[in-house]
Amino acid sequence: MSIAVNIAGEGGSTLPCGDVTGAVEPVLRAERLSKQYGPVTVLSDVMLDILPSEIHAIIGENGAGKSTLMRLLSGYVEPTGGTLSMAGHPVKFTKPSQAQDAGIALVHQEILLADGLTVADNLFLGRELLRGPVVDDRTMRRLAAEKLAQIGCFVSPTALVRDISLADRQMVQIARALLDDYKVVIFDEPTAVLTGGEVERLLEIVLQLKAHGTAVLYISHRLDEVQRVADKVTVLRDGKMVGTYPGRMLNQMDMARLMVGRELAALYPERTGASSDIPMLSVSNATVPGYAEDVSFTLHKGEILGFAGMVGAGRTELFEGIVGLRPATATVELEGKPVHFHSQRAAIDAGIGYLTEDRKGKGLLLQERLAANLTLSALDVFHPGLSMSRGREMDALEKAVEAYDIRVKSPGAKAAQLSGGNQQKLLLAKVLLTNPSVVIIDEPTRGIDIANKAQIYAFIHGLVARGKACIVISSEMQELIGLCDRILVMREGHVTGEVSGAEMTESNVALLATSGPKPGPKAKGGTEWLS
Amino acid sequence: MAVMTGSPTTRRISDLNLTWTDVGPFLALAALLVAGFLINPDFLSATNLANVITRSAFIAIIAVGATFVISSGGLDLSVGSMAAFVTGITIMFMNAVAPHAGLWAIPAGMLVAIVVGLLCGLANGLIVTVGRIEPFIATLGTMGIFRALITYLTNGGTIPIDRSLRDAYRPVYFGTVAGIPIPILISIAVAAVASFILYKMKYGRKCAAVGANEDVARYSGISVVKTRTIAYVVQGACVAIAAICYVPRLGAATPTTGQLWELQVITAVVIGGTALRGGKGHVWGTVAGAVILELIANLMVLSDFVSEYLVAAVQGVIIIIAMLIQRFSNSK
Repeated sequence: MSIAVNIAGEGGSTLPCGDVTGAVEPVLRAERLSKQYGPVTVLSDVMLDILPSEIHAIIGENGAGKSTLMRLLSGYVEPTGGTLSMAGHPVKFTKPSQAQDAGIALVHQEILLADGLTVADNLFLGRELLRGPVVDDRTMRRLAAEKLAQIGCFVSPTALVRDISLADRQMVQIARALLDDYKVVIFDEPTAVLTGGEVERLLEIVLQLKAHGTAVLYISHRLDEVQRVADKVTVLRDGKMVGTYPGRMLNQMDMARLMVGRELAALYPERTGASSDIPMLSVSNATVPGYAEDVSFTLHKGEILGFAGMVGAGRTELFEGIVGLRPATATVELEGKPVHFHSQRAAIDAGIGYLTEDRKGKGLLLQERLAANLTLSALDVFHPGLSMSRGREMDALEKAVEAYDIRVKSPGAKAAQLSGGNQQKLLLAKVLLTNPSVVIIDEPTRGIDIANKAQIYAFIHGLVARGKACIVISSEMQELIGLCDRILVMREGHVTGEVSGAEMTESNVALLATSGPKPGPKAKGGTEWLS
Repeated sequence: MAVMTGSPTTRRISDLNLTWTDVGPFLALAALLVAGFLINPDFLSATNLANVITRSAFIAIIAVGATFVISSGGLDLSVGSMAAFVTGITIMFMNAVAPHAGLWAIPAGMLVAIVVGLLCGLANGLIVTVGRIEPFIATLGTMGIFRALITYLTNGGTIPIDRSLRDAYRPVYFGTVAGIPIPILISIAVAAVASFILYKMKYGRKCAAVGANEDVARYSGISVVKTRTIAYVVQGACVAIAAICYVPRLGAATPTTGQLWELQVITAVVIGGTALRGGKGHVWGTVAGAVILELIANLMVLSDFVSEYLVAAVQGVIIIIAMLIQRFSNSK
């Protein structure tokens, strides 16, 4: 299966791609591009040739320097060494607008839109069309609708950004980069918040751009996407270039090996012990107004139960409702006893831990010390007396750092200083400090690198091996299939089916997520649909 | 990146990694004392300093309460008129019971002050949290209400405290213990209790969490409503304590008592290093901030550079400068 590629990573050996580069002049060329912050080198000697009509993927683990490279190329950061040239002429960007004027657009990983403005306002923000002295709203709305329709997004140009879905916001952001005829469009993790069909749409956009003659730089953690669209793949590791390879030469395993620089152990750990028949958490007729309706399921001791579906299927809201974070009605039994949670506190006290999908916005206090973050959910348990004990907190942090392999420079560091993967491990440690018997993990590995992913999967397996039960909500189907004993699929707030064992395939899950029968108000969750 | 990059260092570090936000207010205070001495050597005399710090005690005590509110992500504009209101009720109560209870009217009145303060704070807190009204608007409303109530109660004039109580009550503002004026001791005690609550008790952690990121707090099982309401109640208690100290100073309640105190209080908190958008509260910084404000006012009186009529203007400039400093230190 694997193609013989030099993967040992002896220095920056670039495979000859001469046949591909040929005589075409690169639209953007980076030579020995480097960036240092004080004594720390975050990127050194990167050589890149970006050709027109080519999709060039940049892959690497978190901290490998991908984002820094993108920032250098789009003028957000100035290099400390090396040169950039466009079409043979040396260029220097000291601010993003210069790169934009030169024809380089960056689609940010984070959604950077003004919530209170309309879709059209956001599309044209900073480059509004004028008719005489006044802003030409009518033309801008028309053009916005056209551009969005082109990429298969049909939100109203007059809708407020705050009212549209996360996926649509991402589309609006992408449309911003397509508004002008840019020579180079850089996508920084564009699919992190997208699922299934939306990813397909995005990949089509990328291919359209290529057909149009634009050079595309594509950064992604999702190696399957990279494999599908990339003409060339540049691998970064620890701020250095591992090499540039023709896309068709690498399969996903090769890419992963090049990124990590070692043989990858299996991403998903072998399942030890099976789930039992003892019900741990049973939920019937859960309804979260506007998001989920009449959902029932049972989670057994020692089981990993997956929830699949597209963004907006109501999975997150369903569980936020069950644990008391939003108004909901449901009949819930925990270990046979009926419970009802008016607040997250009640759920935590009863033994249900919920890890939010939004670790930066809702999970961690980024400007706080790690110890304060770790104990935030467990303050009352942790400090039974009147005053808090710093010593006990630091002991707990030491234990968590060790148990969850959280890489920290100093124990007094703030949560913001951790990488995404380490933040996720800290969040896991925080929730587990409340000693829950049921752990609900929403998007366990969003935006984190492969090595950390494998660790988190191992932790989840460790949890169920110790007799806890786990629910995993994820938009990555492979993750659910690799991790779970059973998967429930949701669509538009309803459970459309359940798959387990050999039936857990991407096509089965995708089918249920996109076109499963939407049960009538009285019908049960349609679990027999597949059999 | 290999899988093992050495075990992470988990050596204990002291919590004494001081930042500019922590020491800044005290450096500013020291600089001000030096500058004051250079302008007018009388400035550093024990009498003058004791006077200045005693006068700053009201603002310091109220500002300690405001540190709770601002740290939890709220704001309270009503503190000045609440102080006037509490003062008025307290004096009226004392006057009413003095003929029957004699000097017992004083402790009873203090108790009434505390209860009224707690209730006013609770009202503010519930309007903000349960009523889900922006703190700015909610307390702007109660600011008007308290001010109007005290004007109504005093009929637009003043309510002096009963003659029989005046002498017995005087020491609360004018007395000293071991040479230190009582208001200074009270404000130190208030700040000490407050810093214990904010830094050593679970409530303090919750308060800072709610202020830093309401969502994270909620998702961590912390009750935002409860935490924020308590902050306003603490603010009410602090206003009441300040009012108790204030009564003997003027010996009367007037409709203009406590005017513009909200400006001074918020300025003291911001100078002290607490971010206006919430997060960690700096109790001792706030106290330093209150002293700085009074020192500057005093310097303006002692020197002839600037008219003392411009004191409020200078305080306004200071809060803007303090906000600018916070802005720049955050953008780094």
